[in-house]
Amino acid sequence: MSDTPKTPQTQPRFSATFDPYTLSEIRRAAATGIYDIRGAGAKRKLPHFDDLLFLGASVSRYPLEGYREKCGTDVVLGTRFAKKPIHLKTPVTIAGMSFGALSGPAKEALGRGASAVGTSTTTGDGGMTPEERGQSSILVYQYLPSRYGMNPDDLRKADAIEVVIGQGAKPGGGGMLLGQKISDRVAKMRCLPKGVDQRSACRHPDWTGPDDLEIKIAELREITDWEKPIYVKVGATRPYFDVTLAVKAGADVVVLDGMQGGTAATQEVFIEHVGIPTLAAIRPAVQALQDMGMHRKVQLIVSGGIRNGADVAKALALGADAVAIGTAALVALGDNDPRLESEYQALGTTAGAYDDWHEGKDPAGITTQDPELMKRLDPVKAGRRLANYLAVMTMEAQVIARACGKSHLHNLEPEDLVALTVESAAMAKVPLAGTSWIPGQVQY
Amino acid sequence: MESLKFDLAATPLREVNQYLHSPASELNGKHVVIDNPNGAHNIAVGLKSDIKVTIDGHAGYYAAGMNQLANVVVTGSAGTGVAENMMSGVVHVKGFASNAAGATAQGGLLIIDGDAGLRCGISLKGADIVVGGSVGSFSAFMAQAGNLVVLGDAGEALGDSLYEARLFVRGEVKSLGADCEEKPMDDEARQILVDLLAKSGHADVSPDSFKLYGSARTLYNFHVDNAGAY
Repeated sequence: MSDTPKTPQTQPRFSATFDPYTLSEIRRAAATGIYDIRGAGAKRKLPHFDDLLFLGASVSRYPLEGYREKCGTDVVLGTRFAKKPIHLKTPVTIAGMSFGALSGPAKEALGRGASAVGTSTTTGDGGMTPEERGQSSILVYQYLPSRYGMNPDDLRKADAIEVVIGQGAKPGGGGMLLGQKISDRVAKMRCLPKGVDQRSACRHPDWTGPDDLEIKIAELREITDWEKPIYVKVGATRPYFDVTLAVKAGADVVVLDGMQGGTAATQEVFIEHVGIPTLAAIRPAVQALQDMGMHRKVQLIVSGGIRNGADVAKALALGADAVAIGTAALVALGDNDPRLESEYQALGTTAGAYDDWHEGKDPAGITTQDPELMKRLDPVKAGRRLANYLAVMTMEAQVIARACGKSHLHNLEPEDLVALTVESAAMAKVPLAGTSWIPGQVQY
Repeated sequence: MESLKFDLAATPLREVNQYLHSPASELNGKHVVIDNPNGAHNIAVGLKSDIKVTIDGHAGYYAAGMNQLANVVVTGSAGTGVAENMMSGVVHVKGFASNAAGATAQGGLLIIDGDAGLRCGISLKGADIVVGGSVGSFSAFMAQAGNLVVLGDAGEALGDSLYEARLFVRGEVKSLGADCEEKPMDDEARQILVDLLAKSGHADVSPDSFKLYGSARTLYNFHVDNAGAY
């Protein structure tokens, strides 16, 4: 036995820049020659609602009794021009998701769940299905660049119309539905050959700028005799200017989707590197409305990473009138459920991380057009789960609002919030907790 | 045919369109003349009855947009998006048409006697368009189904990213878009062309003077080797 002391070894050190995920993506790109396509929204760590806290009532504020005193949750959307605004019992709505990206039973379940709690659901690329209309008491009809399945009869059947200019996962991008999800029914609805990759345009075919948009909105109003609220949906990039232009073009409601908002399929590089976080988008949007004297007159719906009642309350406190959920609603239906772990493993992933929604192999039967997989989703049971979840979110938001002394969720305000980080304080324009400091704002 | 006249210089557009949205049972068979359109936007949009409408002059954006069943004539020229997303019926522009004429139209027939601007028949989804003059660049971009007949010339990138629409052009094509190629004129296509020429007042024009263009279908499913085509 040698007396020579053993040289201590340093641990293998991974690069923070070239982390294991990055290395795996380089290898994948080198092997395939094609960028990675996936569903869902941005997965990177971003400043978010978790970085904000509410200041509950104390000596200087007066709370409401948790189980006694009323805290309203309803919201009316489309009060600016529409003859028939829509009245929701909860400010949590279901975001646009297409039949095609989602299975028929999944769309039905979304309608059932939303209707059970008195909120709206939204169509997507490909048009409106009778099942969806039948199960959705309040249905918003998306008017998209591709105009796949766009039908004036469906426009008249809708309760509101959403002109989609962009979405948070891919502002400036179109859509893609890969051939394996273009079933006979989807192909017929979209007027495409079966099995081709369906490309959705990134720009509307018959208007190009805000002046044209004003005429387009007027056309939609004329066709529907000024009855329906008209929303304009934008992906969060330059929210102050986009909201200003949408309002000038005549929108009743602006939908603002941050980069955590999901998509059925697009390039990973697009999802993670284009657009801004939801938290960063809300205050400029609200500022735009306030500067025009239109806050609460043109309603603001915020989406992108809304997960629970605290997120709802925070979005509303920052000035939104309502929120929309997509990814969270799919999880409530049964997406990424750990009980399907062995099947996710067989697809090379794991429960909670499955995002190859474009491939149509979803073991939960949600993001698929495979007849056998679709059968796995019971739309009645899944709709019940969604209704439960929506009810919980609403109650959670009420818990917070009452603690802040508010008799309606819309009475929440930025003054009820503080931030945990400098970044979130700057983005949300609320003080860093324990200070009166809002980065970027001059104190006089 | 019972005739009715609206003067857009005196009557708000809303009132005219509201009347034109009356139940089909009240409108079928009627002829409505709209005087003094003076380039107003959204005239006669969303019609859904078997009615004849004459817009006597020039129309702005989206004239006869989303038309169903109705027969709409614009005696002058039409702005952007005439007959956009038409489902059925006939829209006839006797003058020129601006950009995106017949965009996304799913059915019916759009006749333009003069020229049409950029992106004529963009995302066409089954309707027929006959243009007596020429069409601008990017016409029939991503056109999925239906027929575009051009008696004059076509601009750049005709039929870019085309799906299954047929493009008949009599004159010069400045350039073809990605995945668009000349096709042999088979009997079926020739008959479609003959019928459309007859329906649009061009029965005297020989179908043999046209070339047919369609999709090469090489971009139907993404492959990295085709990335340079985009």
